[in-house]
Amino acid sequence: MTQIITTYGSLLLSAMGQTLLLALWGLLFGCILGVIFGLSSVVDNKLSRAISVIYVNLIRGVPMIVLAFFVFYGIPYGARTIFGLRFVLTSLQAGTICLALNCGAYMSEIIRAGIQSIDPGQMEAARSLGLSYWRSMFRVVLPQAIKNMIPSIVNQFIITLKDTSILSVIGFPELVNKAQNVIAITFKSFETWAIVAVMYLIVILALQQVANALERSLKRDRKK
Amino acid sequence: MTVRSKNVKIHVENLVKNFGHTQVLKGITTDILEGEVVCVIGPSGSGKSTFLRCMNRLEDITMGDIIIDGYHISDKKLNINKARENIGMVFQHFNLFANMNVLRNLMLAPVDLKKATKEEAKENALKLLETVGLSDKADSYPSQLSGGQKQRVAIARALAMNPDIMLFDEPTSALDPEMVGEVLSVMKQLAKDGMTMVVVTHEMGFAREVADRVLFMDDGVIVEEGTPEEIFSNPKNPRTIDFLNKVL
Repeated sequence: MTQIITTYGSLLLSAMGQTLLLALWGLLFGCILGVIFGLSSVVDNKLSRAISVIYVNLIRGVPMIVLAFFVFYGIPYGARTIFGLRFVLTSLQAGTICLALNCGAYMSEIIRAGIQSIDPGQMEAARSLGLSYWRSMFRVVLPQAIKNMIPSIVNQFIITLKDTSILSVIGFPELVNKAQNVIAITFKSFETWAIVAVMYLIVILALQQVANALERSLKRDRKK
Repeated sequence: MTVRSKNVKIHVENLVKNFGHTQVLKGITTDILEGEVVCVIGPSGSGKSTFLRCMNRLEDITMGDIIIDGYHISDKKLNINKARENIGMVFQHFNLFANMNVLRNLMLAPVDLKKATKEEAKENALKLLETVGLSDKADSYPSQLSGGQKQRVAIARALAMNPDIMLFDEPTSALDPEMVGEVLSVMKQLAKDGMTMVVVTHEMGFAREVADRVLFMDDGVIVEEGTPEEIFSNPKNPRTIDFLNKVL
C-alpha cells in the first residue's frame, strides 16, 4: 500500500486532477444545457416542449458508455464516410460532450420539476401586475424553485463526477484509467482500487460539505 | 354613495370561453361604468371566476370582445402586459410572492416596470400598508402573516401599480370567518374612494351593502342583473330565486 502511494501517488493525484477537470467542463456545459432544456420544457410552446422531451428521453435511454463510444469513434467515422469531413475529437472533447449531454438531460428534468413544484398562482400574480413571462419567471418563480432544486442538483453533480470514470474507456487519462495502468505494472489491484475509492470518497464528501453550507446560507437569508 | 360618472370602463360583448370541448362562458355581454362596483354571484362552476380571469386574460378568450379603457383585451396582438398594469387583481389564495417580504411584494412591479424609482415605490408602499392597517408588517414574510393580513397585503400590492380597475376573485373564500371582516372593510373603503371594482364573491352581505350592481351567473351566462335591492329582495328568474334560497 505505502509502496503504491509513494511510487504512484503523484501520478494518481494528477489523474484525479484530470477527473476534476473533465467533471468541471461536463458540469459547466451540462448546466447550460439543463437550463436551456429545463426552461423550454415549461414554456407555453409545444415545439420547444417536444424538443426538450425528445432530448431527455434520448439521453436517458442510452447508456453513457454507448454514448461515449458513439461520440468518440462513431461521429468522426460517420463524418468522414458520409460527409467526407476529416476530424478527430480528443478524449477530453468527446468526454466533455458526453458528460454535458448526459448531465444536461438530468439537470433539465430537475429544473422542470423544480419550476413545476411552485404554485402556479405565483406566476399568475406576477403576470396580473403586468410583468412579462420571463420577468415573472426570473423574479418570482425561479428564486423559489432553485431552493427546492439544490439537493437534487448537488446529487447530480456527484453523479456526474463519478460518471467521469466511464470515460476511461475512450482513453481519457482520468483516475480509473490511470489506476488500470498502475495495476498493469504492479499487479496490486486490491491496494490500488482501495486507494482510488478513498480518493473519490474524499472529493465527494468535500463537495457535499460545500453544498450543505450553501444550502444553509440560502435558508438563512430567505427565512423560509 | 359617491357620484358616479358615466364612462364605460369595461365593455364585454358576447364573451365565449371553451375549455377543450366544454363551454364555460356562453356569450356574456355587459358594460361596467367608471367607479362602479359590480359583484358577480352564482353557484360554483357557473363561470364567474373564468369571466373575471378573461378580463386580464389570465384565461385566453375563445370568442367575443373585451375592451377595457381602450385596450382590446381580446386582441391577440395586444401587449397584454401593458393593459394589465392598469388592472389590479386579488386572488382567492392571495398568491403573495413567498420569496420576498411584504415591502418587496409591493415594490416589485412598480420598480421592475419603471413606474417609480425605488424610493418612490417604497414611500408609496408604506403609505398603502398604512391604509390597509399593516404598517408594522413591512419586513415580515408572507409565511408569517395570517390569512386576513395576507389578503390585505395582496390588495395593497395590486394598488401599488395605481390601477384604475380592481378585480377580486373570491377574496374572502379562503379566510377563517373572523378574518373576513378586515378584508371586506378594506374593500369597502376602496369602493368608497371611487375604484372601479368587479368582485366575484360569496359574501352576499357585502354584495348587498357595497355593490352598485349585482350579476347573477349560472351555467356560463348572466341570468339576471340589477341593483342589490332588485336581486336580493325581488329576484325574478327562478334560478336566481333558487340560488338565493340556498345561500341566504
